[in-house]
Amino acid sequence: MSDRDALVELDQPGRRAGSGPLGVGGTGAGHQSAGVHVSGVVKSFGTHPALRGVDLDIPVGSFTAILGPSGSGKTTLLRIVAGFERMDAGSVVVGGQVMDDGRRFVRPQRRGIGYVPQEGALFPHLTVADNVSFGVPRRKRSEVAHLVDLVGLGGLERRYPHQLSGGQQQRVALARALAIKPKVVLLDEPFSSLDASLRDGVRRDVAHILSEANATTILVTHDQDEALGVADQIAVLKEGSIVATADPRSLYAEPSDLAAALLIGDANVLTAEIHNGHAHCVLGKVEITPPGVRSSHGSAQLLLRPEQVVLHAEAAEGRVKATVVEMQYHGHDALVRIGVDAPGHPAFSARIPGDVALSEGQPIWVTLRGPGRVWTDR
Amino acid sequence: MTVAAAEVASPRTFHSRRRRGRARSTGLFLVSLLVALVLLLPLAFLLVEAQGAGVHTVASLIDRPLTLHLLWNTVRLAVVVTALCAVLGTGTAWLVERTDLPGRRVWAVLLVVPLAIPDFVVSFSWSSLSTAVTGYWGAVLVMTLSVYPLVYLPVAASLRNADPAQEEVAHGLGAGRLRTFWRITVGQARVAILGGCLLVVLVLLAEYGAFEILGYQTFTTEIFTESEQAFNVAAACALSLVLVALGLVVLAGETLARGRGRTTRVDRMAQHRADPLRLGRWTAVVLLALLALVLLALGLPVASSIYWWVAGPQQVLDGVSILSAAGYTALFGACAGAVATLMALPVGILAIRYDGRLRRMLERSTYLVLAIPGLIIALALAYFSEQYAGGLWYQTAPMLILAYAIMFFPLALVGVRASVAQAPVGLEHVAQSLGQGRLAVLWRVTRPLVGPGLAAAFCLVFLSVVTELTATLILVPINVQTLATQFWSYQQNLAYGQAAPFALLMIAIAAVPSYVLGRFFDRLPTRAAAS
Repeated sequence: MSDRDALVELDQPGRRAGSGPLGVGGTGAGHQSAGVHVSGVVKSFGTHPALRGVDLDIPVGSFTAILGPSGSGKTTLLRIVAGFERMDAGSVVVGGQVMDDGRRFVRPQRRGIGYVPQEGALFPHLTVADNVSFGVPRRKRSEVAHLVDLVGLGGLERRYPHQLSGGQQQRVALARALAIKPKVVLLDEPFSSLDASLRDGVRRDVAHILSEANATTILVTHDQDEALGVADQIAVLKEGSIVATADPRSLYAEPSDLAAALLIGDANVLTAEIHNGHAHCVLGKVEITPPGVRSSHGSAQLLLRPEQVVLHAEAAEGRVKATVVEMQYHGHDALVRIGVDAPGHPAFSARIPGDVALSEGQPIWVTLRGPGRVWTDR
Repeated sequence: MTVAAAEVASPRTFHSRRRRGRARSTGLFLVSLLVALVLLLPLAFLLVEAQGAGVHTVASLIDRPLTLHLLWNTVRLAVVVTALCAVLGTGTAWLVERTDLPGRRVWAVLLVVPLAIPDFVVSFSWSSLSTAVTGYWGAVLVMTLSVYPLVYLPVAASLRNADPAQEEVAHGLGAGRLRTFWRITVGQARVAILGGCLLVVLVLLAEYGAFEILGYQTFTTEIFTESEQAFNVAAACALSLVLVALGLVVLAGETLARGRGRTTRVDRMAQHRADPLRLGRWTAVVLLALLALVLLALGLPVASSIYWWVAGPQQVLDGVSILSAAGYTALFGACAGAVATLMALPVGILAIRYDGRLRRMLERSTYLVLAIPGLIIALALAYFSEQYAGGLWYQTAPMLILAYAIMFFPLALVGVRASVAQAPVGLEHVAQSLGQGRLAVLWRVTRPLVGPGLAAAFCLVFLSVVTELTATLILVPINVQTLATQFWSYQQNLAYGQAAPFALLMIAIAAVPSYVLGRFFDRLPTRAAAS
């Protein structure tokens, strides 16, 4: 069921904004989700700049992933939003309230922002129940008891963190963050320490729970599949700056920036000639996007995802001949590296179903499926 | 004295994101700097003292045949005792951790307890029974039996934590038992063995009471005689300089030999317990050997003390009651424990939570204290007070407590570091984000996590004070006796019957908590990994 949900989510970005029935027991009344506005945030450690003017707008109820390689400054950004780190310049506004702008600084304990750190960071001396109710006044503790059930850990209330698996610890950390009815939930690479086999399941459940709770969520990750799979908005952070912000679908298919495109998914970048609304490259002819460039002429850079490179077993009109260089078998599909006879070209990637068997050195014929994203040379 | 147990458990930080902020640690850094300066006071005083006595006088006092004689005595003792301890400690640790020795848990305790018995009590119990135990060989016997656990403890811990798969792989590659033991097991424990040997040498350099009883002359006994009986400050100072230099050389040598710790650890989760080696027909022989060792190291001192208590002459000499002595001992121990732990707190927090070369250097500098024997710390403080401070605090409780706090600071630091590592900054941040103010976080998160480790640091110092003799003899307030000094005074006057109960009480106070503390430090890494 969650599988289907994930699909729907990708198809309908922003679906959750303002919706989200509190079904099985969301966090209950009084829960006020809020949007986050980050502008011009600058932060350096010593001489090393970590963030160089970050602007980011996170709508109420959205699930935003901040995607970037390690060292891109994404965790620093998250810690600034949470209030653990002071920034050098810029402002952070949550739900219309200024949290930090150089003059005002709201301390973390007054921000109402739930924080789920890497590896959960549960309090080792407290039981699951006590961890979850840590941030709730004593007389209201019983109100959050249902959160343990919500994250699927009913019956484990009396366990200590070291008696839980990694995935269970993450769920407790999530319940603990939700217990304070946060305006925003921050997830700092919460799944990276889990086994690959666990990761997908926990990730889906967490996304589902947060969706039920209708909480504005910011997830920090270096894993593109993770960002594509759960978020309805992705901000790509590179060397301290945001290079692109978009919903997963357009970020993958029609990225605004080549650097951002290369951080998400496999990609072939080719030089092409634009002519009559099509791009002509060493692999053949393909329709192009965005519409504005169709009337232009001249050389351009063309981005083709591997699934846009279609392979055929036989020669035909309009097909370009190539050779299989390497196969990476992934089970459900396979990534084929192909080489063309023209000199000076690297190998290109194509995606084929997993049940098609190709052998290295075998000749193959290529067509392209459009539209390909192009950037014209200026 | 469970230095070694603590050394080994020196904590692994777990997911504590070291703060990179510079400004916020400045205050902490300054306080730590102050602590480091206090710790190095005795060394500074020693240099001032040498200056006061005249550089030429000191130099000519060093350049005497006596120095060479003492050096020879110290070195030949250190080499032989350290070698014996390395063999005994490593061998017993391997037997307990890696073989199917019957009753391993019991042996693990019995082999460590001798460490809790003060060396001068062991020395007393042997020499009071037989006049043959004296001089060089007497010193070798007594010291080996008293301090081999300093090697046993770190090696046992390191074997426990090392990956047994390496030994299995070696067997798989066709290496025999002996070859595997030598190449892999000893290799894995190398750093631990070196660390243990370092502690053994430092104890030998600092020991006074045991050698005095055995009539074996070393730097420490000679310094004591020169300063407390001959009142020859210049000569004591000259010998102290040589002794401190010797300690620093040993410390530096160990650091060099340790090299870069090249032990790659496998994920704890993936680790499994090795199938213990079967002793087979060797079981009986090994059991007899261990029994003999425990009888000599633990049984004999206890039995001898009980014998003198029951059979020795009573009420020969005047002295304070055992209750009064125990009371003062506990008072001094508790104060020193609190002061040392407080001093270690800023240094430990700085070391665990903040990064930076300057901070690491500061932490290392505090380890120099290890190389300065308690006798020299006490003499330096006493001398400085008399010469430059008009006798301020001389032979008063504050100075004695300060001396203890400096001497046992490294112990407190080990405990504090372990405890700070239990409470990573990340947890405090999470608690803050859950709406808790600073004080609430301190009370609800930091206190419960750090508390046990701080208590352990306090206890380590407390126990060391209970069995401390040398510095206490010099600095103890007039008309006050501790368990150690009253025992010493009876023992010196051959009132063995009166000395014995003091010895037994010291053993009882030190032995039981040492065991509990050892267990605490053993568990630390596991707990850290699990949470």
